[in-house]
Amino acid sequence: MNKYKKIDKNVVIEKRDSKICESIEESIKRSGLKDGMTISFHHAFRGGDKVLNNVMKIIASMGFKDLCLASSSLASVHDEVIQYIRSGVVTQIYTSGLRSKLGEAISNGLMEKPVQVHSHGGRVHLLQSGELKIDVAFIGVPCIDKFGNATGSKGRSQCGSLGYAMSDAHYAKYVVMLSETLEPFPNTPASISQDQVDAIVMVDEVGDPSKIGEGATRMTTNPKELLLARRTARVIENSGLFKNGYSLQTGTGGSSLATTIFLAQMMEKKNIKASFGMGGITGTMVYMLKNNLIEKLIDVQSFDEFAAKSLGENPNHIEISANEYANPSSKGATIKQLDVVVLSALEIDVNFNVNVLTGSKGILRGASGGHCDTAAEAKLSIIVAPLTRGRIPTIRSRVHTIVTPGETVDVVVTDQGIAVHPRNVELKKRLKKAGLTIVDIKELHERAIKLCGQPKAIKHTDKVVAQIRYRDGSIIDEVYQLAH
Amino acid sequence: MMKFRRSMLFVPGANTAMVCNAFVYKPDTVMFDLEDSVALSEKDSARLMVYHALQHFTYKDIETAVRVNPLDSVFGHLDLQAVIRGGADIIRLPKTDTVDDVLDMQSAIEKIEKEIGRTKKTKLLAAIESAEGVVNAVQIARCSDRLMGIALGAEDYVRDLRTQRTKEGTELTAARAQILLAARAAKIQAFDSVFPDVRDKEGFIREVEHVRGLGFDGKSLVNPNQISILHDIYAPSEKEIDWAYEVVEAAAHAEKNGLGVVSLDGKMVDAPIIARAEFTLELAIASGLIGEEDE
Repeated sequence: MNKYKKIDKNVVIEKRDSKICESIEESIKRSGLKDGMTISFHHAFRGGDKVLNNVMKIIASMGFKDLCLASSSLASVHDEVIQYIRSGVVTQIYTSGLRSKLGEAISNGLMEKPVQVHSHGGRVHLLQSGELKIDVAFIGVPCIDKFGNATGSKGRSQCGSLGYAMSDAHYAKYVVMLSETLEPFPNTPASISQDQVDAIVMVDEVGDPSKIGEGATRMTTNPKELLLARRTARVIENSGLFKNGYSLQTGTGGSSLATTIFLAQMMEKKNIKASFGMGGITGTMVYMLKNNLIEKLIDVQSFDEFAAKSLGENPNHIEISANEYANPSSKGATIKQLDVVVLSALEIDVNFNVNVLTGSKGILRGASGGHCDTAAEAKLSIIVAPLTRGRIPTIRSRVHTIVTPGETVDVVVTDQGIAVHPRNVELKKRLKKAGLTIVDIKELHERAIKLCGQPKAIKHTDKVVAQIRYRDGSIIDEVYQLAH
Repeated sequence: MMKFRRSMLFVPGANTAMVCNAFVYKPDTVMFDLEDSVALSEKDSARLMVYHALQHFTYKDIETAVRVNPLDSVFGHLDLQAVIRGGADIIRLPKTDTVDDVLDMQSAIEKIEKEIGRTKKTKLLAAIESAEGVVNAVQIARCSDRLMGIALGAEDYVRDLRTQRTKEGTELTAARAQILLAARAAKIQAFDSVFPDVRDKEGFIREVEHVRGLGFDGKSLVNPNQISILHDIYAPSEKEIDWAYEVVEAAAHAEKNGLGVVSLDGKMVDAPIIARAEFTLELAIASGLIGEEDE
């Protein structure tokens, strides 16, 4: 125990606004960042993110080396990272997603250490278990006050939920906030609050608003997407779970959005109200909340401007952290209360394993996201995909990369038949009775191969370029360097 | 069992993506078109593509019809040669004004069937697209045992009448009535024309409800998105399905117990009613409302 020392109150008062830094460089200096440390970013600005590239540029110019880049996901806008890997600034990556030129370069062996691909829930597990230690978190936010209270539901670059950033802020040793709008203190309600924030930098822009809500709500007119959506809605309708108080998570993309719309119509007709809708929230979900078809929206990420706006306005639209969303070791992840989840896939195999990460040429071009988390916990996980995409079969004998293990998948809906995991005997009976065409997944596979031919095996070397971490931290699969 | 033909989806023969995908939408009949929707420069490639599609496994479980070019055009006989050999179930006549149009087509088909030894008779569907055709509908409907139905082609018909199509469809009243009566008198099916504005869902619903009410077996469609909407409108209600189950069960009970008379709730049920109930259940299956396997 230390002896009491006199306090100089003038100094205390002087320091009260000292979180504000003059520049990104100053905030980095203050953070005590050193070579070999781990820095983090979040992906709520999606394709409109301006924070990661700006901060990385300055970190590189300051001469740092051997850093671990832990971004909750990486979008095509982050292709600039390639140069920092080449120059040795970044030597390790933790992320949920990899796409575009960066994904391609890594697939071709750009990095020595394999990228660690985690799910959204799995990231928080890795933070909690101590494997992933964030030394400095750089968190871009649409607005903040001088003491660090920040929210995503106001401001020019409004992005809605800061769910992923909330968990990073909780576990990071040092938190630097970057924002473009300074609100008067106290900026409440705050998603990330003052007691988690070490430094604040005001920048010109954190995001490009036109790209934050990219791919926003639109009702598809694509007949195949509509067919898949209709069929998926019918699976849910006849699953035995479709009753008052059920809960639902759907994603983005034509089929998923349209499924939500068909479900909304069925709910209206049958007078069914859902207890909560979750996930990446879209405008369709907001419509359901407004029209009294859903009691509450639980939002870890807002997928479009309607969701972002609603989060700020509607008291029944609730923001949660990634830990509350999907961490398997959390004391209470909301997905443990989820009934139905609708998910997409790049490939599905005859054992129901799902790949949402590597494309038909074996290149990293997707994201693990909440796929394996929700599939594992929801009572009914439905994977929706066309049987073929052009001349590429979606159903395979083995997926190139397992992200979600087959035993956690319940139903696969394709345009040429529905397959039910053999574990679900009762569900299969129910769906058949309702007049839905249920086929063995092996039949779907045969049909896909008959239509497209057997795809050539992807040639690769022995070098592992990415390890796929299941939500509990275990390694479920590995991606190898492509051979040319 | 009667073949349902609620939805007959037009698939332009030169549209590769549609030819490759149309079967997934499960219309009652896929109707490949080699006539109006195919540009002159693509007539040959469309014919070849449809010829292959007809033989592909994806079209084995679905009824196929082909609208060929008129026999008096340079393409008509070539089309027939290809699609009869390809195995089309139905030939849709491009424009049928008179009985002779049907008989000419019939003899051309017979000749090819004989050449290739095809034993399964190709059926015919006559499209009535002119005032003359409507006036002759009664004779046309009765003129060939290959004829499974007659259909209204509204676009050409209204031009012939010197009017245009409206949302209300008043201009089609006479033709619809005549075609339906002619078909029913000849005990064949009757099909309504396409609804061309694919974006007008409400208008489409109104029209389908109207023609279903008139008694049409189905309708030609231009967009796959129209199929499920149409099937929903043609689907029996829950009440009708329950009633049909009761009738069919009562009939089964009577047969099992050797009863000559089937009765339900103390009332006698005769054969046409049982047939109607069976039809309702089959329609419910086709509408995806009940499963075939009742495990």
